Amino acid sequence: MKHADLIKEYEKDLPLAVLDEISALIPTSATKPQVKKIVEETILLYKQARVHAGECVGLVSAESIGEPGTQMTLNTFHFAGVAEMNITTGLPRIIEIFDARKTIKTPMMEVFLKAPNNKDIEKVRQFALQIKATILDELVAEYAINIFDQTLILRLHKELMADYGLTEKDLLKSLKTRTKGYNVSSGDGEISFTHKGKAEEIKELYILKEKIRAVKMKGIKKITQVLPVKRGDEYIVLTSGTNLSDVLELPEVDPTRTFSNDLYEVRAVLGIEAARQAVMNEVFKVIESQGLNIDVRHIMLVADIMCVSGEVKGITRYGIVSEKASVLARASFETPIKHLVNASLEGEVDKLTSVVENVMMNQAVPLGTGLPGLVTKMK
Amino acid sequence: MAEIYLNNKYLGTVDNPASFVEDIKDSRRKGDVSQYVNVHLNEQTDEVRLFSDAGRTQRPLIIVKEGVSLLTEKHIEQLEQGEITWLDLVRQGVIEYIDAAEEENALVASIEEDMTPEHTHLEVSPGAISGMATALVPFGNYNQSSRLIIGSKNQKQSLGFYAANYHIRMDMDSNLLHYPQFPLVKTKIHDVAEYDQHPSGQNMVVAIMCYDGYNMEDGVILNKSSVERGLARSTYFKPINVSELRYSGGLMDEISVPDKDVKGYKSEHDYRFLEEDGIVYPEAKVCESDVVIGRTSPPRFLSSLDEYNLSAVVRRESSVSLKHGERGVADFVVLTENEEGNKLVQVRLREERRPEIGDKFTSRHGQKGVTGMLIPSADIPFSTSGVVPDLIFTPHGVTSRMTVSHLLELLGGKVGALSGRLVDGTLFESEKEEVLRDELLQSGFREDGTESFYDGRTGKKMLAKIYVGNMYYLRLRHMVANKMQSRARGPIQLLTRQPTEGKAKEGGLRLGEMEKDTFIAHGASLLLKERFDSDKVQVPVCTQSGLIGYYDARKKQLISPMLGEDADMAYVEMSYAFKLLLDELKAMGIYPKLVLEDKY
Repeated sequence: MKHADLIKEYEKDLPLAVLDEISALIPTSATKPQVKKIVEETILLYKQARVHAGECVGLVSAESIGEPGTQMTLNTFHFAGVAEMNITTGLPRIIEIFDARKTIKTPMMEVFLKAPNNKDIEKVRQFALQIKATILDELVAEYAINIFDQTLILRLHKELMADYGLTEKDLLKSLKTRTKGYNVSSGDGEISFTHKGKAEEIKELYILKEKIRAVKMKGIKKITQVLPVKRGDEYIVLTSGTNLSDVLELPEVDPTRTFSNDLYEVRAVLGIEAARQAVMNEVFKVIESQGLNIDVRHIMLVADIMCVSGEVKGITRYGIVSEKASVLARASFETPIKHLVNASLEGEVDKLTSVVENVMMNQAVPLGTGLPGLVTKMK
Repeated sequence: MAEIYLNNKYLGTVDNPASFVEDIKDSRRKGDVSQYVNVHLNEQTDEVRLFSDAGRTQRPLIIVKEGVSLLTEKHIEQLEQGEITWLDLVRQGVIEYIDAAEEENALVASIEEDMTPEHTHLEVSPGAISGMATALVPFGNYNQSSRLIIGSKNQKQSLGFYAANYHIRMDMDSNLLHYPQFPLVKTKIHDVAEYDQHPSGQNMVVAIMCYDGYNMEDGVILNKSSVERGLARSTYFKPINVSELRYSGGLMDEISVPDKDVKGYKSEHDYRFLEEDGIVYPEAKVCESDVVIGRTSPPRFLSSLDEYNLSAVVRRESSVSLKHGERGVADFVVLTENEEGNKLVQVRLREERRPEIGDKFTSRHGQKGVTGMLIPSADIPFSTSGVVPDLIFTPHGVTSRMTVSHLLELLGGKVGALSGRLVDGTLFESEKEEVLRDELLQSGFREDGTESFYDGRTGKKMLAKIYVGNMYYLRLRHMVANKMQSRARGPIQLLTRQPTEGKAKEGGLRLGEMEKDTFIAHGASLLLKERFDSDKVQVPVCTQSGLIGYYDARKKQLISPMLGEDADMAYVEMSYAFKLLLDELKAMGIYPKLVLEDKY
């Protein structure tokens, strides 16, 4: 780079990304004074583009997100390119994210695979079946109870078993620990259970049947459904149900791109910065799918506010609203009596530094024209 | 073996349900069973349900046997001669009334040509599938159904000649259209319903065009000269009821001109229209705050002592006067008794309502609009033959709503006006467009209904040909005169000292929470503060205790509720609503201590 030194001088005035962009775009023929002029002009524009002191960015963001929100079609269950997989989008999803719900309606992951495997649909499909949590019930074609012999017989789906790469032996292994007190035997696509010693009641066999039904045979916990889909020139796996930590440990998975739509899980596995990005991505996805146009910076602000404390906090009375400094502001949001009584018990002092409490008292709001004060020298 | 239910109660069983049902239908047609009995056979559940109870809607249909309608040419001839009536047809078993349940077993043909041997009934008229009000929309079958519904709803709000004895009635809020007309384009229902006895609109000359944008976004432009000649003029009647109530202790209200010593006496000027009996004289032009009926009531809280001390008893003024913005002429006075036998005085006010900007008009096709401008006839575009439209309707109203019937009525109305006849626009049986066009051509006009127009202001010929004709337009009862309201200063609420809300209380328009946000978003804090100054107060606050004190006028000094006279007090400006909040906190047992600081 020709004028690298010159540009480096301005490191304090401009963000690095902007400086990099300048040095990439400047033609090599530019002279030193020309470069200087360009950078100085950029600094001026940069300063003008910055938000002024006393500009209430929060409210502008709230309006900018809230107004298009009124146009959002309520309760649209839209299929993300594929059938079978139902994902909450639209307003319900937006509310879910901003409230930072602990349990979301449709938890899902997009699992990306590492380079050689992600082009081959067969390999991806195999991987998908491998991570899917398979329970015994899925593999059983028929449950039969022989009353005379007091045995429970499971007839298995042979083809399905082969698809999942499971053998009767594998099943027996994972079942044995769960079925103490029973003799378990297998053969010819059947597994049978007989009570050790004297069988008491037929009812116990029914209880056993219900018990072993949900026993996990294979795969990763909580991943109830898998769906390989084409995304660009590669294949990825959509899952319903999330388990980020276990999936990321698999060697085939590309951990840099795989993500979950559960904010708390992202926070726990990848950290708060990832959670902040997840909030932004998830909100933006919904907005895009609705064909709305909201500036990312508004969403960034919301994501920042939700994550400043280091934990994901929703915009609810238990979340970030509970952290407002002003008693009156908190009381005017929800559950006013609770806040007023608690504040009086603690002897809280309201400094009247934000918007709501000043509106309540009919005082100038400390923003815009209400911000500047007058300083005089008293003689 | 089918189960039989009569009015949903189990009755018994029958072996051959089909012939059982047929028997009942036959006996009904013969007249052995009442025409109000209906029967429904459900083959899936093998049930026969008979109905004879009240509250089912029935509709008449012509009976069809083996693909032949029982209504013959002979019947029609006899009907035309007046030898037989509708009821005779029902008695003869040519027409029967069936309900929703029986209709499930019937196959009804809409028109005679459609009939097959499977059909059991024939519609009396294909338009009979719609209701009364919907059938009043001409050319309705050319429309989207939703527009038809809107059109029929609009007609219910139109002003017209609602009752011939209107002049002796005391209706709540009634309107009467002056010079109502029968529509040029009618339907058969207009004849059946004797619409000429109670019409509710006028045939106006309508041009579909733009004019300076005063009819954009569902506006209409009216011809001011037409309006001055009486177009769409109406009268609004509003009754005022006052009764003499009885109170405990034998006390009573009294309808009379109040004495000057009565508590709450207004001013002599306000009572100027009252006669000796305390009621306005007919034809008095009353307006805002004038008393219409004078009345005094006994004092509100009579203690036992006061009852003997008659001199102390001062009666209370309780006259009825016109509210803010009201005016009218005392039209009609009735003296009568109410249910309890108390004297009841009713005064009907009359007000002439000329169409003005903001009044609502509609055609019969769900094409309502609000008057955007009244333009003198001289300035309105006119046709080659010198015809000036009464109303200008916007072309943008048609494309998205697809009300083809609106356009057809305009054409039909033009033909009707030129040929001096009524055009039939009955649902599914209307006169054909080609025939109307042809007739228009015969009358010497362009067959598509357009004409050359000249701008009234410049006299220049317009580039476009204007679609113009006659249409039946209705004036709707939403008039600005009843709704308009403004306020700069006015009454406030006692509790919060904020302005009242609503037109009846002469209230203001609230600058709500989201509106407040827009001020903040613009950074206009000081402007916002001024907007909210409507309940601002200056209260003395004790600097030590932080509580709100008061001014003792006798001692001429400020008093702190905690420290008394010696406190250091300062006036603080705040909203009264906040002062109220502080008081409510105190009532909760919370001590809201205001910490004061110098403003500068």
